[in-house]
Amino acid sequence: MTTIDISARGWRFNRAIVFLSLIAPSVGCLVAQPRQERPAVKKNAVVQPATSRSGERKFQENCGRCHSVPEQLSPRITGTIVRHMRVRASLSAADAQDILRYLSP
Amino acid sequence: MRLFKHFGQQRQTLAGALCVSAALWLPSVGTLRAQNTPIISGGVGFLDSTNAGANFFQPVVAPLVAIPIGKNLLVESRFDFRGVYARENGKDGPYKGTFFKSTQYLQLDYIAASHLTFTVGRFLTPFGTYNERLSAIWMQNFQNAPLIFPIGTRTTGSSDGAMVRGVLISKPAVQVNYIGYFSAFSSVPQFESARAAGDRVGVYFPGKRIEIGTSYARFLQGTHNNSFGADFWWQPWRVPLQVRSEYAHGEHAQGYWLESTYRLSQWRGMNSVIGRLEPLFRMQQVFRNSPGSGDGLPSADTKLADFGLVYHLPQEVRFTTSYSRKFSDTGNANIWNMAITYRFLFPMWRGGQ
Repeated sequence: MTTIDISARGWRFNRAIVFLSLIAPSVGCLVAQPRQERPAVKKNAVVQPATSRSGERKFQENCGRCHSVPEQLSPRITGTIVRHMRVRASLSAADAQDILRYLSP
Repeated sequence: MRLFKHFGQQRQTLAGALCVSAALWLPSVGTLRAQNTPIISGGVGFLDSTNAGANFFQPVVAPLVAIPIGKNLLVESRFDFRGVYARENGKDGPYKGTFFKSTQYLQLDYIAASHLTFTVGRFLTPFGTYNERLSAIWMQNFQNAPLIFPIGTRTTGSSDGAMVRGVLISKPAVQVNYIGYFSAFSSVPQFESARAAGDRVGVYFPGKRIEIGTSYARFLQGTHNNSFGADFWWQPWRVPLQVRSEYAHGEHAQGYWLESTYRLSQWRGMNSVIGRLEPLFRMQQVFRNSPGSGDGLPSADTKLADFGLVYHLPQEVRFTTSYSRKFSDTGNANIWNMAITYRFLFPMWRGGQ
């Protein structure tokens, strides 16, 4: 923890954080345009019960309890994300595979 | 004026940083299949709060890094950098800033089998659900953690040691998850933790989207004591309603929180102007059984009712605002919060096919 007097000099890092936190959401809106590599997934959808436990359904059952599918999702990182979620949400190997197929068909 | 001059001096550096960020967003060419490129994710936010008339604001950057190694290993970490700016004399005077940085987790995961994962390093203490699932700034609905958060997680909310976790039973009708951990005492800056051990067991019914869990933690330093917790989550399939709740019992206090959210997506879909709105409500109570200095809990019985509203803007930007009324023997108070957060997620580098 570092205490900083706002009127003194030399806190570029601190000011950078202030600036970044203000500007990044706006930059995110402007810069992050939809990309071609975006997977064909239904985002933010309220999923109705289905007879088969598809990857989408497993996503909603597990990951979707805390967050929705990220709007920008490159196939380059879906493997990493699913491995992260496998640990975080205690997914079985089979469920993780189904979700991977859903995120990166 | 000085501030603008200063920003002018920093303009080139910031422009460079933004260019680097923009380059990372550039799309690649061609069709790619699922890959394991390391990621940088996390959230950036600006939080403003007025508690009993005292205003303070917090710019926050919380990056998350995940690096897969081979087929079964994953290194992941989350950090938190924030400045807390408050008036010097509480409600008046110039703003003064304090900078905080913390390592929330820095862990190595080894996926040993379909139902078993070993974790070593620094990890989020798995007591209840809030710490592991909802504490990230881009996920939390209310800025303030629940009042009972310190029960079971104490000190920093992180543990240094080893953890074993996985799913015991994974069937269409039911899943049973388990976590067991041991944490060592550490006073190393950024890696402070308490000597403790604990577990969490959760039973989840995917068909109903109902989860019931129990947590236990035993602190093994100083005066040894036990903490117990129980949690209940329900998210029905047919309506965008979420009900989350926790109860925790510690040595000196006990309490609960109950949160419900309802996204108005049934009016013209999730991405309509109205469908992006999500009203929130949270009720919490803490009952103080005996004085417990330094346990992070309110010093007297406290009731808190939180009313909030989230607006989900496009591109992972969220605007949240809330009003809370606190009832306590130490004094009633109004708490106003407002925040804008942006969740980012991109590969560390541009990969090939």
